[in-house]
Amino acid sequence: MNAFLSQLLNGLDKGGAYALIALGLTLVFGTLGVVNFAHGALFMLGCFCAVTFRYLITLETVTLDPEKLSPWGQPVEVRTPLVQNWFGDFGAVLVDYSVPISILLAIPAMLVIGIAMERGIVKHFYKRSHAEQILVTFGLAIVLQEIVKAFFGANPIPQPIPSDLRGAADIGAWFGMAPHLLTYPWWRLIYLLFSGLVIGGVFAFLQFTTFGMVVRAGMADRETVGLMGIDIDRRFTIVFGLAAVVAGVAGVMYTPLLAPNYHLGMDFLVLSFVVVVVGGMGSLPGAVAAGFLLGILQSFASMTEVKSLIPGIDQVIIYLVAVVILLVRPRGLMGRRGIMEN
Amino acid sequence: MFSLSRKDLLALAIFTVVVLTMPVWLAPFGAAYPGLMQKFAIYAIFAIGFNILFGLTGYLSFGHAAFIGVGSYTTVWSFKLLTMDILPAMVLAVVVTGVFALVIGYFSLRRTGIYFSILTLAFAQMSYSLAYSVLTPITNGETGLLLARDDPRYLDALLGAQANVAGLPQPTLLGSSVAGYAGFYLCAVILILTFFLSQKVFASPFGMALRGIKSNQTRMNYTGFNTKPYMLAAFVISGMIAGLAGGLLSITDPLAGAERMRWTESGNVVLMTILGGVGTLFGPVIGAWLIKYFENIFSAINTNMLNTAFSFLPDGVQSFVVTVLSKFVGEGWHLTLGLMFVLIVVFLPGGLVEGFHRFMARLKRRSAAPERVSSVQPAE
Repeated sequence: MNAFLSQLLNGLDKGGAYALIALGLTLVFGTLGVVNFAHGALFMLGCFCAVTFRYLITLETVTLDPEKLSPWGQPVEVRTPLVQNWFGDFGAVLVDYSVPISILLAIPAMLVIGIAMERGIVKHFYKRSHAEQILVTFGLAIVLQEIVKAFFGANPIPQPIPSDLRGAADIGAWFGMAPHLLTYPWWRLIYLLFSGLVIGGVFAFLQFTTFGMVVRAGMADRETVGLMGIDIDRRFTIVFGLAAVVAGVAGVMYTPLLAPNYHLGMDFLVLSFVVVVVGGMGSLPGAVAAGFLLGILQSFASMTEVKSLIPGIDQVIIYLVAVVILLVRPRGLMGRRGIMEN
Repeated sequence: MFSLSRKDLLALAIFTVVVLTMPVWLAPFGAAYPGLMQKFAIYAIFAIGFNILFGLTGYLSFGHAAFIGVGSYTTVWSFKLLTMDILPAMVLAVVVTGVFALVIGYFSLRRTGIYFSILTLAFAQMSYSLAYSVLTPITNGETGLLLARDDPRYLDALLGAQANVAGLPQPTLLGSSVAGYAGFYLCAVILILTFFLSQKVFASPFGMALRGIKSNQTRMNYTGFNTKPYMLAAFVISGMIAGLAGGLLSITDPLAGAERMRWTESGNVVLMTILGGVGTLFGPVIGAWLIKYFENIFSAINTNMLNTAFSFLPDGVQSFVVTVLSKFVGEGWHLTLGLMFVLIVVFLPGGLVEGFHRFMARLKRRSAAPERVSSVQPAE
């Protein structure tokens, strides 16, 4: 039972990441009709926003402390981050919490990157075939990841969890179980809550604002909305930026769980496409549901009991589910009729 | 059965000459060594095979690397279990890959468009993951499948042909070695045969049916034409050719690793085909050659070479130029590849072959400009 629950929780936070990426992907597909193979690269860029922020905030001064001597008789070097010099203790907290704070950097950065990408390249591909859209965004993804590689190198750069949030939450105790029976790392719990929050935010934005209403109308019938004198293209550009932001913040918060490297985007891209297809192309709730579903399935498949029953299942479960869903229910879990069927 | 139209015959003759004289005309480019030319030929075969599917039917498969992998593994196993002769190895590679493609194609072809791409991608990723994990007894996991001195080689043992050579046995063709230039000419001959095959497919009623499917599958179905077997045949042929290419990779270097099945490899072959020109005869070959050439040349350039090349510039400018360019060569050559790819898709969606046609058309128009008025003809 405990093993079951803890696998469920493990699956949920992974599912949160899948759901966030797939949400952005579906948003772009539903509004602009573009199959964006560079979406994984946006997730990766988000991760590197966190890396950049931490690099900037930990720029440090080196002073020699003549009072203290190291064992071999030389003054000890004292390294203090500049922010700590300027702001004292607050600066230290800033360094400690660099990952969550870098969201503040990631949001504008990803918005700019997303809008630039849409205006620069993707815009020209609305009328071209899906194959060509796949190809150009695939090329773009290669370019983005190679640029990141040129700046940050090929090795993963681990990011620390803020020191207050390390360790595990004793979830079992909250529900009246014996202590230490069911524990779960704090950061994963936070990631789960965070992804729920972002997903809720996106849905609320689309559901309860005028902007969101126009976007939903545009998704349903772009032409009519255009005829009503609304500049739908500009709104869709912003939606692309929004999708980039969602992918970006998903990446930022994921960095403590998985050290970012330059090909992270490609690894997640295949997965997130599978998620989108399983959920049903163009269906936002479908993407979210499928994200969590696949995350949970993946974590159950990696249980030893399951692996001993069907060897290798943990490696292929996601693709297996995708194949089965596509063959049995080609529109995915919640796809609508007539989308991408030709 | 083996006849060709006059135009195709000419194309085949030119192609044969170009391929067989590769060692001559590649020499000025610094690429005339057998190892690289073998790669040129093998990847051209792969791209031709891919083009039969993507170019003719418009179905974008993102899982063709799996076939290369299956072909490679089959070949090495044939070396290990049967004989070091390459003929059975190649036949086996093609047959096994064909069966594999039949299974994948049967399922994948039930869907079209992006769903088909995702299905092929999912199958390829499954093969790749399994090759690394559960199938390790067959694939030898990360190390890759290697030949060993004490492999059984039953067929060789039966014929008493087990050579007592020092070190690892080498692949042979009816007893003669296929290392170096012999290996290149082997690949070259197979490339020419594949090219001939693709010409035949393009010119045949089968090829016409495939083109019909590309332009409008629904209409084909409504005219009472069952498109399924045609699609499956195209998929299997394309897979078999990829398997042959994989087999040749293992013949020229008897080591098969799962990294050949990575999905970026599938992306590469798409890239080659697009770069050259989708649905054309020469396009995929040109694309494969260019990409493999640039991969070899660009990734070998380092900062020292750049420094000597730009030494004529003033110091400050030189270091600036070298710093900028060094991001595009050596380790960073993929950046060049990605940029090239984006530019081609944006500006020249038909690939280099289309660019060439446009250029020729412009030349023709310029020379024929004065007669333009009289050249207008009523539509038939």
